[in-house]
Amino acid sequence: MRGNLAKAFERANLQRFGHAPLPRSYTDYLGNQFFLLFLTVQGVAAFAMITLGVILKKSGVARGVMRPRVRQEMRRAGAALLPMFLFVALALGFLVIGQTVAALAKVGATGYLGSTMVIVVVRELGPLLTAMLVLARVGTANVIELGTARALGEVEALEALGIDPVHYLILPRVIGMALGVFALAIYLILGALASGCLFAFLANVPLTPGDYFQQIAESLTWLDFVLLALKTLAFGFFIAIVTCYHGLAQPLRLEDVSRVAVRAVTQGIIVCVLIDAVFIVVYLAT
Amino acid sequence: MSEEVIHPAILEMCGATIAALQDPSRLVLENVHWSVRPGDFWVVAGPQYSGKSDLLLHAAGLMAPVDGTCHIFGCNTREFDETQLSERLRVGFTFADGRLFNQLTLANNIALPLRYHRELTDAEIARNVTTLLELLELTPFANVTPGNVAAVWRQRAALARALALKPELLLLDNPNGGPTARHRQWLVNFLDQLWRGHDFLGRRPLTLVVATDDLHPWQHPQRKFAALHEGHFSVLGAWGAEDFVRHHAVKELLAAPDGT
Repeated sequence: MRGNLAKAFERANLQRFGHAPLPRSYTDYLGNQFFLLFLTVQGVAAFAMITLGVILKKSGVARGVMRPRVRQEMRRAGAALLPMFLFVALALGFLVIGQTVAALAKVGATGYLGSTMVIVVVRELGPLLTAMLVLARVGTANVIELGTARALGEVEALEALGIDPVHYLILPRVIGMALGVFALAIYLILGALASGCLFAFLANVPLTPGDYFQQIAESLTWLDFVLLALKTLAFGFFIAIVTCYHGLAQPLRLEDVSRVAVRAVTQGIIVCVLIDAVFIVVYLAT
Repeated sequence: MSEEVIHPAILEMCGATIAALQDPSRLVLENVHWSVRPGDFWVVAGPQYSGKSDLLLHAAGLMAPVDGTCHIFGCNTREFDETQLSERLRVGFTFADGRLFNQLTLANNIALPLRYHRELTDAEIARNVTTLLELLELTPFANVTPGNVAAVWRQRAALARALALKPELLLLDNPNGGPTARHRQWLVNFLDQLWRGHDFLGRRPLTLVVATDDLHPWQHPQRKFAALHEGHFSVLGAWGAEDFVRHHAVKELLAAPDGT
């Protein structure tokens, strides 16, 4: 209903603003976009609360059906992406970390290597890159699958069977993606740090692997582990929520699915950047 | 003693205003008064887009009426929540296009409600599913996904899925049975067996409501008829009753070529 209203509002205003004088059309267009953004934020927040409620209330319901579904989603958003993540970890190590190590060695600043690696890889690049890749690979598939299911009436079919669509369709995806992003981020970080070390060795940087890993270990604090876990779980949770919201929470026709998929990915990126910004503030405050 | 006292209605609509699923701001039927009692076999006739599917969705408790009330087994559908799930599961529903889950095989589609709602062992579930597959002549397609079978088998699988939980009231939206007379006749006979009391349901008669735009296959003296026309729901009585033969929608539907 809210989605229909928003679409009607968007269509009517685009037609009206198209004929308005330029400055007016710009301000009205911005206002229109801001209003749509507000509706989307409201919808996603409500959907997140409903999903959390279902996770808390129905975690023990229909285990025979739900456990295999959760395992399947964990495999899809985690184990199935491992080969790609190993490749990305190698690339990240060679292209970014190796060069950083080499540059620091040139200016004799290898003593800062540990803290640089922790800030760049552990705190920022590892989790954010993981989130982006999972969003691209699994988040997009989520929107298309759920959008198609919605357009084909499978949601009504679930309700007719007395099955809560949020429980059956969303809960496994949210749990699978949150745990998947968490696990993949750790793999990516370990792989990138190892391949960076390999690059430094191949480039004859005067730094032994022992010193390299010792510096990293000394730069890591307990807060890094806690915030890494919280950040990756939050990335996974919100990517799942945003993509599932766009796929499921509004009536769709088949022709809407591709447009909605693009919108979901864009909003997923924005949400991840916002979450990252929140964690940067936490890091800076501690 | 009146019929209402002996058999209280299992589905009752009082002054219900029915909205469309696709656009809830559009009203398709107004002031619907309808009582379905145990053992009834109702045929609701109406041309396409007359609101048959929306009426059944309301009757199944999947939507609440905009105005008026709808009670299923004594529960007001406006207040349906998790606590009334057991009442909700006493109603089976099949969509016109089956609406099977495309990722699951036909056997898994049928097993889904059993796995979700009943704490049964895998062997018990398999036994139930095998029985339903045999009843609906679906055994050769058990391990095929819905996209790879003809519409007639998808519709039968949807019927099997709706029967899996052994409902007391079964609502069928446009069960045309398929492209051939044999398939259509098979479906009418099978529903008739269910209505009289099938072994699968422990010989308990099943209450049936069929919404259709083809009246010809449903001619039977013991069936009750209702019709939808221009936003109005009318109870017509038995086949051939005065209200039945005079109703505009019935004339229109009977004038159409016999699909069987």
